[in-house]
Amino acid sequence: MIHFVLHDADDTVAVVVVEGVKRGDKITGWIMDEDRMIDITSRADIPIGHKVALKDMAVGDTVMKYGIDMGKVVAPIAVGEHAHVHNIKTKRW
Amino acid sequence: MSVISKDTIFLGYRRENGRVGVRNHVIILPLDDLSNAAAEAVAHNIKGALAIPHPYGRLQFGADLDLHFRTLIGTGCNPNVAAVVVIGIEDGWTKRVVDGIAATGKPVAGFGIEGHGDHDTILRASKTAREYVQWASEKQREACHISELWVSTKCGESDTTSGCGANPTVGNAFDKLHALGNYLCFGETSEITGGEKIVASRCKTPAVAEKFMFMFNRYQDMINRHKTSDLSDSQPTKGNIAGGLTTIEEKALGNIQKIGKKCTVDGVIDKAEMPTHPGLWFMDSSSAAAEMVTLCAASGYAVHFFPTGQGNVIGNPILPVIKICANPRTVRTMSEHIDVDSSGLLQRGITLDQAGDKLLECMLRTANGRLTAAEALGHREFVLTRLYESA
Repeated sequence: MIHFVLHDADDTVAVVVVEGVKRGDKITGWIMDEDRMIDITSRADIPIGHKVALKDMAVGDTVMKYGIDMGKVVAPIAVGEHAHVHNIKTKRW
Repeated sequence: MSVISKDTIFLGYRRENGRVGVRNHVIILPLDDLSNAAAEAVAHNIKGALAIPHPYGRLQFGADLDLHFRTLIGTGCNPNVAAVVVIGIEDGWTKRVVDGIAATGKPVAGFGIEGHGDHDTILRASKTAREYVQWASEKQREACHISELWVSTKCGESDTTSGCGANPTVGNAFDKLHALGNYLCFGETSEITGGEKIVASRCKTPAVAEKFMFMFNRYQDMINRHKTSDLSDSQPTKGNIAGGLTTIEEKALGNIQKIGKKCTVDGVIDKAEMPTHPGLWFMDSSSAAAEMVTLCAASGYAVHFFPTGQGNVIGNPILPVIKICANPRTVRTMSEHIDVDSSGLLQRGITLDQAGDKLLECMLRTANGRLTAAEALGHREFVLTRLYESA
């Protein structure tokens, strides 16, 4: 079972692709560009389509997805936590 | 081997100007808001005629008026349309639309309401519409080469599964169509934000890249002029955010998966302009679903690929909209809207090549006449893009 997917091995967030991921679950991810699997522990209930953090990140850090800058961290994020609008914002507009 | 090759054919309607359509509509096209009632009455009288009501066309001026005419004329010129009845409040602008459509050689007639009233206009326009519908009903589909199919794309109610699954599926299909010399189109200028350098780097020549960046920066300037916040309720939308998309950059990086890995961006057009040679075209356009799809139809595209994550239900009156979805929850809860399920991609159940082929197979069936989910459900969203206030 693949619980989350990421494009690039250096991405700092990944997308949950199944329903029902709960805090404390051992979850498995697929690095699509390398066709390789990784495992982490979820630290939050994360809905399908939402992102899980793959690294600890501090305020001001750049969030990487698709191997590219997708915004900045505005509240500290720990690996396994839910990464979304409460801790990440756009750098544009 | 892909489901398509240079020898693939589909059954389409060849029009007077050589373009190939996949539908055979007779449309009743109002010039302006005032003419909707008469247009709808004609479509009610004549079975098989399709009215396309809209709210604009009065006191527009300058570039906004040009776009209005370009969109209406382009809609009438689209090869999915067999014949057109235009109805306007007065004769002058009505004739301008009729003349624009007549250049294709297809049957078109215009009716002005002033001096006649609705009753007489509806009577005269219904007589012509009846002739057109009976004439069109005898048109036969014929074998056409796959490269004669013009295909556009735009995504909507995207979520993170769009960028991982549904959009790359379109990208894979676009790569295969591009190799065969099809006319292709993408746009959504604001939703390139964060990925503009990637798109610029995919442009075939420096001149194309320069024109793309001009269009991109023009749209950014417009947003910066009018914005009152970081647009965090509009771009990404509430639906995008509910689906897990966090920033415009993330949305853009997912969005541009639709142009595949191999296609070059071969040209840039303004809204509702017609491309002039085969290849992948960037059209400067709104990212709002119905506006963008309406512009694609006006540019002459005959089939549309619409990836969705959270489940956008859009259709178009003349352009069949094929929905692709990789979110297993949406596929389950909104199955009647989804034409191609590519959720298997996210569990490594199918390869991207297989997903792309599944979409191309659906495209061929749609081109041959199979109704899309949106057509069967009666979705006919026709939304004109406005550039600024009326005079």
